[in-house]
Amino acid sequence: MNEDWLIVGARLIDPAAGVDGVCPVLLRGGKVEAVGEEALRQGSAARRVAAEGLWLLPGLVDMHVHLREPGQEGKESIASGTRAAAAGGVTTVVAMPNTTPATDSVAIVELVRAKARAEGVVHVLPAAAVTKGRQGAELSEIGELARSGVVVFTDDGDGVANAELLRRALEYGSMFHVLIVEHCEDKALSNDGVMHEGTHSLRLGLRGWPSAAEAAMAARDIVLAEATGGRIHFAHLSSRQSLDLVRSAKARGLSVSAETAPHFFALNDGWLAGHPYDTDGKMNPPLGSEDDRLAVVEALKDGTLDCIATDHAPHGSLDKAVEFDKAAFGILGLETSLALTLDRLVHPGHISAARAVELLSSRPAQLLGLEGVKGTLAKGADADLCLVDPGQDWTVDPEQFHSKSRNTPFKGMGLKGRVKRTMVAGRWVYEDGKGILA
Amino acid sequence: MKRLSRKDLLDLESVGADEIRLILDQAAAFREVALRPVKKVPALRGRTVINLFFEPSTRTATSFHLAAQRLSADVLDIKVMDSSVKKGETLLDTVAAFEAMDLSVLIMRTAHAGSPALVAGRSKASIVNAGDGMHEHPTQGLLDLFTLQRHFGRLDGLNVAVVGDVLHSRVARSDVWGLLKMGASVRLCGPSTLCPQALKSVWPGAPVTVTHDLREALEGADAVQVLRIQLERLQRFLFPSTREYSRHYALTSERLALAKPGCLVMHPGPMNRGLEISSGVADGPQSAISTQIANGVAVRMAVLYLLAGNDAEAA
Repeated sequence: MNEDWLIVGARLIDPAAGVDGVCPVLLRGGKVEAVGEEALRQGSAARRVAAEGLWLLPGLVDMHVHLREPGQEGKESIASGTRAAAAGGVTTVVAMPNTTPATDSVAIVELVRAKARAEGVVHVLPAAAVTKGRQGAELSEIGELARSGVVVFTDDGDGVANAELLRRALEYGSMFHVLIVEHCEDKALSNDGVMHEGTHSLRLGLRGWPSAAEAAMAARDIVLAEATGGRIHFAHLSSRQSLDLVRSAKARGLSVSAETAPHFFALNDGWLAGHPYDTDGKMNPPLGSEDDRLAVVEALKDGTLDCIATDHAPHGSLDKAVEFDKAAFGILGLETSLALTLDRLVHPGHISAARAVELLSSRPAQLLGLEGVKGTLAKGADADLCLVDPGQDWTVDPEQFHSKSRNTPFKGMGLKGRVKRTMVAGRWVYEDGKGILA
Repeated sequence: MKRLSRKDLLDLESVGADEIRLILDQAAAFREVALRPVKKVPALRGRTVINLFFEPSTRTATSFHLAAQRLSADVLDIKVMDSSVKKGETLLDTVAAFEAMDLSVLIMRTAHAGSPALVAGRSKASIVNAGDGMHEHPTQGLLDLFTLQRHFGRLDGLNVAVVGDVLHSRVARSDVWGLLKMGASVRLCGPSTLCPQALKSVWPGAPVTVTHDLREALEGADAVQVLRIQLERLQRFLFPSTREYSRHYALTSERLALAKPGCLVMHPGPMNRGLEISSGVADGPQSAISTQIANGVAVRMAVLYLLAGNDAEAA
């Protein structure tokens, strides 16, 4: 049985409930039992957490996480990846289906769910592939998968290259209210590129990846979303061109949403000039120009971007301690996303703390159909939350990560804002200094 | 004696003018060694030099081999076919194995930009980049500087055109860095797909121009470096045909006449005669192409010696 917990003294930031201020919260039976004066009245017998000076946020919902299980457990597992999530204040992750084999059937979805129940410490929502085996040739059984509870369908790692196939996925998926998540990459344009095409790729002699590779597919997808009325969500957008396309699609009232990843507002391709050939700066899509980075910040402010998702992509040294051309794409994200959001967006005044919570928690929860259940700490919501010290300075040390992997360009970087405690379904799962409690 | 204070030679971007002068002066001394009946000095006696080539190369591999041999080093040539790299071993493991055999200098040619830097960071041996992907080929840059300096008696103030596939050329990058450091000006020329205007942003504020018009590049040029055109570029839609390329960019005698009288013609080789350069020009009186090759050995001797030579055993 879960204990009752009364959190007092913290600033509750819950934009979905319209709350931002010091406010007690009572958790009981894995749910939010009461908020405010009522919490104090009902919670006299509950264990108290005195959280003066801390921020109390609904647990973060990360729509884009590679847990690597089944198939690549050397890089990450459901056990290790969900621990990394807990340490980052993330209480719900959408697990990407580019596993081995691909998560394209109810059997594999159930395997992931069972593993998550047995070994995970946060909620895991498996996404399924749009196409069988992620081969881009035939639709996966979207209806059956949707009936089993899958909401997100994506071939992430690749886009759906065949326009007709995507058209049909949007049409067919709309019967089941699923979210098609697109990885935008026109491979004829990315063309074996390994970093953003620009001054730095020219100087380093690395094959350039033009930002048009992302925007060209986003443009096509918007046209198809408009034609079909289907719901499309763009993963990890990184470039000004793509964001401009999404902004105008939203202005026309299309059912389009989009995420970016923390590295796209925190870094640009100049990172590789400062760290030449460091494969921790290699990801797909690649770090853009400074102009792209500024466009990402602008789009986070003006609502063009709906959420921040990490694209947490663990890789071991076998895939990273190699030639830049041969290195795997991707970096870790779960254990730094909140801190980067605070350090780079909230503290400098680009966005409010409430907007950060929208981006990291309440909006992704809405997109996943979990409004009122997750992404908020209103009465009746799940007792998923984190306590954050917004002013704590710390230095990113990958050796301290709970992930199995160490691939992060944020190594050694000083950040302000740290997760102190994380609760999932009414139980504390992480405490700073003690580690994983579950 | 003077010595390079660096462990590795990975690029010319990070090499200073003083270091370049030191290498060129040493190369001049070694150029004389080539004229002796016994073309050997003991400067690298007892040292092991490995030539690790992941790409086919005849002239660069031979040039480095001869350079090491003339310095009395023990030289080993490893071509990718013979190595275990193809068997799935990582580059770093391969190099670690060499290092266990007391390696002094590793000369590397690879298709991947940054590989020599990757190895240099993990190895005690001196790493010499013999060409890494599209990045740099610093000893080629140095031998081009050496060739120009010997011909003109100076580098400062020269106008040098670099013509062809600049985008993919490691030679072009090393040439530009080297020329700029020594006070020369550079005109880059080629079709917009192979010589994009964006190249200028790599050298902001430096005397580097980009043109797609060969006549403009040649006018008033003291020297022209013609780059090799690789036919694989056709598959990437970078130009329509070799015929059309030649029509616009081949260096012919008529076009060479637009440059300064006596304009020096260079080519890093291997040449596609009739494609980027006519035989008349390649074999003509203004051609320094075979001089470049001869100078290459002396320059590479200088680099190996200044990185790894025994004290007091200079030429």
